[in-house]
Amino acid sequence: MSEPVKLLGAFGSPFTHRAEAALRLKGVAYEFIQEDLGNKSELLLRHNPVHKKVPLLLHGDRAVAESLVIVEYVDEGFEGPPLLPLGDALARASARFWAQFALDRCSRTLFKALWTPDGEARKGLVAEAKENLALMEARLEGRRFFGGDEVGYLDIAASGLAWVTVLEELAGAERSMIGEEEFPALCRWRGEYTSHEAVKACLPSRGQIVAFYAGMKEKLALLATSMQK
Amino acid sequence: MVAGEEKGLVLLDFWVSPFAQRCRIALAEKGLACESVEQELLGDKGELLLRSNPVHKKVPVLLHAGRAVCESLVILEYIEDAFPEAMPRLLPADPYARAHARFWADYVDKTVYGIGTRLWKLKGEGRAAARAEMLETLRTLEAELGGKAFFAGEAFGFVDVALIPLTSWFYSYEEHGGFSVQEEFPRLAEWARRCGERESVAKILTKPEDVLDFIGLLKKCYGIVE
Repeated sequence: MSEPVKLLGAFGSPFTHRAEAALRLKGVAYEFIQEDLGNKSELLLRHNPVHKKVPLLLHGDRAVAESLVIVEYVDEGFEGPPLLPLGDALARASARFWAQFALDRCSRTLFKALWTPDGEARKGLVAEAKENLALMEARLEGRRFFGGDEVGYLDIAASGLAWVTVLEELAGAERSMIGEEEFPALCRWRGEYTSHEAVKACLPSRGQIVAFYAGMKEKLALLATSMQK
Repeated sequence: MVAGEEKGLVLLDFWVSPFAQRCRIALAEKGLACESVEQELLGDKGELLLRSNPVHKKVPVLLHAGRAVCESLVILEYIEDAFPEAMPRLLPADPYARAHARFWADYVDKTVYGIGTRLWKLKGEGRAAARAEMLETLRTLEAELGGKAFFAGEAFGFVDVALIPLTSWFYSYEEHGGFSVQEEFPRLAEWARRCGERESVAKILTKPEDVLDFIGLLKKCYGIVE
């Protein structure tokens, strides 16, 4: 498979990060094309007409959209260490199940909680997020990564949890919802994940993300309120 | 024919659940016998369900030698992985074809049922918005299907399994939305008929009128008066 690989993505997007992390972990050479989401390119609109979103992987003349679909495509289409465990159907199913959970019930809920003004609604969202985070905490079972000794599919899917503290800082939160005391394993995992060689290369620095998001506070708040349950 | 009983396959099921039906169709297509255990969902949920799916407390759950797999699309992938010799394969071997299948199954999952629920639950503006989204969704699926026999081409597969049980709900969506799938999306209608010729689909899908009755029951539960 020596056809060129291009990734259309956006700076500061946890979804784009997932696709990049997969490419880097598999050792796939790719060209990153920065999309201006306020002025989407013809390339993006032509190859992802359904969602018109990043990330979008272009491999030769093939277009793959949706971050986790891209992660699986990269895993199956290229040589390199497996992201989903090989030969263990139950472990693969478990990784997929918890990946969806991490996306829908953790990252998403945390994001909404962050931008909901103080009150009953916010308390409820935070409580829900923490309940769900506790399940992710338990999944680590004292291991370095969700994937075991190496970063895997579920670590990539859960990477949004590594971004949340940055957004919390931006939203002016006093303390992170993912606190050391309540979630020691997740905090340790976050450190391991963000300092991993391959991952580091496609994770902007904290300072860069804060600067980037600072101009978007209103947009983020609006996005959170428009997200359905 | 591979005997599922020897493999200890049990599906925690609910008669009208299109998600459980995805799993039953996949298993039937592959000749994997599986015991279906009807769950009580409108009242108190059973202990086995709560133990097997503590996170979502939903059906379907596939129990394989006592180990639980939850979420219908995860179950479909599990069946492919755990029984690689069971034909036909619902996901092709080619990574790009697999990505295409996963993308479209994910699209179906993010749209049809959720929009459909708003269509029958809401009134006025809410219903109108849901109607517009439903038509947009069906339009997208119609275009993607194009002139192909099935979503992947010649062979019945992953996306077809993901979508076909939801076609039992089309009649209810038509009634609430005031549109006709046959008229506006003839290729989709033809595809549904084609799938319906398969023994698995014919046996497993709920009759559209029964789905409408079920929605009527749900409305009573939610205190919705039409």
